[in-house]
Amino acid sequence: MSEWIVYGLQQLLNALQLGSIYALIALGYTMVYGILTMINFAHGDVFMIGAFFCFLAAVYLGLPFAPALLLTVVGTALLGVAIERLAYKPLRNAPRVSAIITALGIGIFLENFTLALAPYPKHIPALLDSTNWDLGGVSLSSLQLIIICLSLGLMFLLDYIVHRTPVGMAMRAISWDKTFVPLMGVPVDLVISVTFAIGAGLAGAAGTMYGLAYPVIDPYMGIMVGWKAFISAVVGGIGNIRGAMIGAFILGGVEIMVAAALPSTYRDFVAFALLLVLLIVRPYGILGSPRIQKV
Amino acid sequence: MRKVMTLLMAVCLFSLGFSASAAEKTLKLGVIAELTGDMPAVGTSCKNAAEMAVKEINAAGGVQVGKQKMKVELVVEDNAGKADQSAAAAQKLITQDEVLAIVGPNASRYAIPASEIAESSETVLITPWSTNPKTTLDATTNQPKKYVFRACFIDPFQGGVLAKFALENLKAKNAAVLYDVASDYNKGIAEVFKANYEKLGGKVVAFETYTTNDKDFSAQLTKIKDAKPDVIFLPNYYSEVPLQVQQAKRLGITVPFIGSDSWGSNELLTLGGADLNGYYFSTHYAADNAAPVAKKFIEDYEKTYGAKPDDVAALTYDAFGLLFGSIKSAGKADREAIRAALSTLPSYKGVTGDMKFTADSRDPIKSAVILQIKDTKFTYFTNANP
Repeated sequence: MSEWIVYGLQQLLNALQLGSIYALIALGYTMVYGILTMINFAHGDVFMIGAFFCFLAAVYLGLPFAPALLLTVVGTALLGVAIERLAYKPLRNAPRVSAIITALGIGIFLENFTLALAPYPKHIPALLDSTNWDLGGVSLSSLQLIIICLSLGLMFLLDYIVHRTPVGMAMRAISWDKTFVPLMGVPVDLVISVTFAIGAGLAGAAGTMYGLAYPVIDPYMGIMVGWKAFISAVVGGIGNIRGAMIGAFILGGVEIMVAAALPSTYRDFVAFALLLVLLIVRPYGILGSPRIQKV
Repeated sequence: MRKVMTLLMAVCLFSLGFSASAAEKTLKLGVIAELTGDMPAVGTSCKNAAEMAVKEINAAGGVQVGKQKMKVELVVEDNAGKADQSAAAAQKLITQDEVLAIVGPNASRYAIPASEIAESSETVLITPWSTNPKTTLDATTNQPKKYVFRACFIDPFQGGVLAKFALENLKAKNAAVLYDVASDYNKGIAEVFKANYEKLGGKVVAFETYTTNDKDFSAQLTKIKDAKPDVIFLPNYYSEVPLQVQQAKRLGITVPFIGSDSWGSNELLTLGGADLNGYYFSTHYAADNAAPVAKKFIEDYEKTYGAKPDDVAALTYDAFGLLFGSIKSAGKADREAIRAALSTLPSYKGVTGDMKFTADSRDPIKSAVILQIKDTKFTYFTNANP
């Protein structure tokens, strides 16, 4: 293979890995927005807690990969439900800005709670034997393959749940109309809890995989990654699940391309500039559609 | 808001039979350390060594000031791994606590802002570990600052040492560099390394950057792999180096890595493990090849804190040694007198080797060592001068 193709393919793999992690987190933002029209700014920190759960499971319980992942997903899902019940539910009918400030507060609480318990960066041990395959000059690691495949698998599962199951139908119905759907017997609180559980669980899975790919974790790791995932969700059209996935892969690709071609300081600048430009051209994101305000 | 931890240590030790009046007067010294943030291991080593140095001198009755001995009181401030809080901590120590002199911060990106405050408030500040030349130079005139000293060598020296080591010991003709462009230390040493390496006949085939707190280096490392270097230089802090090495290995990079004194924390071994075996870095002292003066320090430190002292601990201890020596030769507890005494202090035998200051520089003259990581331990490899 020519050198340029090898180089390009290698960078494409890097972009896919980064994009998959952004996508898993972006789904949580988009699902919560779809149902509650609220931006859950604590979501990036739930992702961070996921990485720490994985650390606890791996170091203190000595669990291998699959049980550690499962435990992390269950743990963060419960955390997501608890946050919704304790912090957001009482504010469901309050002005939207109160909910956003509460979400920011929860995020700062989670960061500092973790900081108080773990002031030092922690190292997640290698839970998987990493093998490197050399495919004609392109290096593919088993870890990369697992991250990409597992993320895609989870995304298809979510897509199936939302579009093909009764609970998914309830979610879509509530996001369509919050006033009349409950009158038809849909248990709104339960569906909202399920939404938070799924969103936070996916963030936990992302935390685990991020922790394996970048095994030094600290309490502030969720802030920037959370923002990037949020951008992904907005770029794809917030509230739209398939859009969040597309947005995440676009952002991953742009970031890798910028870091490869320009000085690295331009990376975040370009990422956020992309958000601004896209919002001017398509205010509702790539797959988003305008919500019609009923009066 | 992160909680700023103020540890007020009233170190009142064993009554050794000195008169009560002498024990009442204390010398207040300040420490600014990175106790939280992205390099807490650095701050902890600094604080530990500072407390040990003060405990030792107080156990011996205190510092000889003129005719009497005075006990030392330590005020430790956390800078939370932030530039603004480093400056704020320096301000607080100087104006509120009225300390006589300050030791710290350690990383150049925190030491530089704190040094500006110390300089303008005319208080001596000795940074143990900041190797960036800018720390002791006035930004506008490029002349040495009057009140800012350091206990370590500087980056142009270290960059020269490493460039020579890569070419002569590793026989590497092509080098790649990956460094944090947003951090004074990393950027400074990367540039010096590149200049020296090219001057000595090597070729820098890739010069890649990232920004503090980045976790994904795959794009830059893929570019480096494509440039086919013989050696990769990572002048980055201990919490990032393991990530960079592991990601490089996953991309199929097999050439050796070299690093600078920012690698010298035991945390590097905890975070990186066996992935780092066989690589080299330059630093201030080797715990397994230390001078007799250093042996006692290493033993005492291990006994108290249960770990080998890293370079930050050794340099902090030396910074206090320099400070006690200059207070003694100044003969009075006065900021200006201490500055004058420190800048003319004759050769000082420290844990990290012999050092002395010349009148036209605030950087001590001393040599470096190269360590190799073997069986996840730091091992002495060779002495080095550029």
